[in-house]
Amino acid sequence: MQFLTERKRVIGLGSAKTGTEHHWSMTLSSYGLLILVPLFVFTFGPMLGQPYDEVVAYFARPFPSVVTGLTIIVGFLHFKGGVQTLIEDYVHGAARTGLIIAMTCLSYGAIGVALYALARLAL
Amino acid sequence: MADVNRGNRPLSPHLQIYRPEFTSITSILTRITGNALLLGALLVVWWLLAAASGPEYFAIADGVITSWFGDLVMLLSVWALWYHALAGVRHLIWDTGRGLDLKDAESLAYLVIGGSFVLTLVTIVLV
Repeated sequence: MQFLTERKRVIGLGSAKTGTEHHWSMTLSSYGLLILVPLFVFTFGPMLGQPYDEVVAYFARPFPSVVTGLTIIVGFLHFKGGVQTLIEDYVHGAARTGLIIAMTCLSYGAIGVALYALARLAL
Repeated sequence: MADVNRGNRPLSPHLQIYRPEFTSITSILTRITGNALLLGALLVVWWLLAAASGPEYFAIADGVITSWFGDLVMLLSVWALWYHALAGVRHLIWDTGRGLDLKDAESLAYLVIGGSFVLTLVTIVLV
């Protein structure tokens, strides 16, 4: 024990346990989304309600496809971090763990589905 | 590490104790809009999957997303997206230690609400 520094002894004992990584990942993804979201709204938005052929041709182009893919990836990772904080604030015990796992699966699942769709539209 | 009086400590007052303030409402709206965006985001992912699956399935998803219900979800999502984005910028400003006194916090709150409506209108006009 005498090899442990005072700092090492108390690390993780605060009420928040850890958190700087979480805060930093939210900060980083929010800066990313500040660039991506306006690009996404004005490239993706006009396609809603367009004819099928036009939509397929549009998402075969690199720019709309990459912007849509990046926005969905960074957006859902940001959502995963945000909803985790929401759950930790209001839900306790086993339900908290279950909900966080479910929301993490949902986030990665949505990313996977969107990337599959974009790849298929592009090819 | 004092572990005296565990479990019998006074609780700090929670939401129902405080009178809602303009700034506190703009804060809770950040959380509500951010999490509510899940619905619109899942609709978008579903619409993309439908477009990748073929014309018949695309017609169904596109029909849902352009119905009055889809339009309502998309309109609210656009507002939520801009609101959450501006409120997020406010957090990034706060993270630098600026804008935390009452006067600045209140003008930031007005900017976030006003800006979200302006950007929503711009989106409706352009998209």
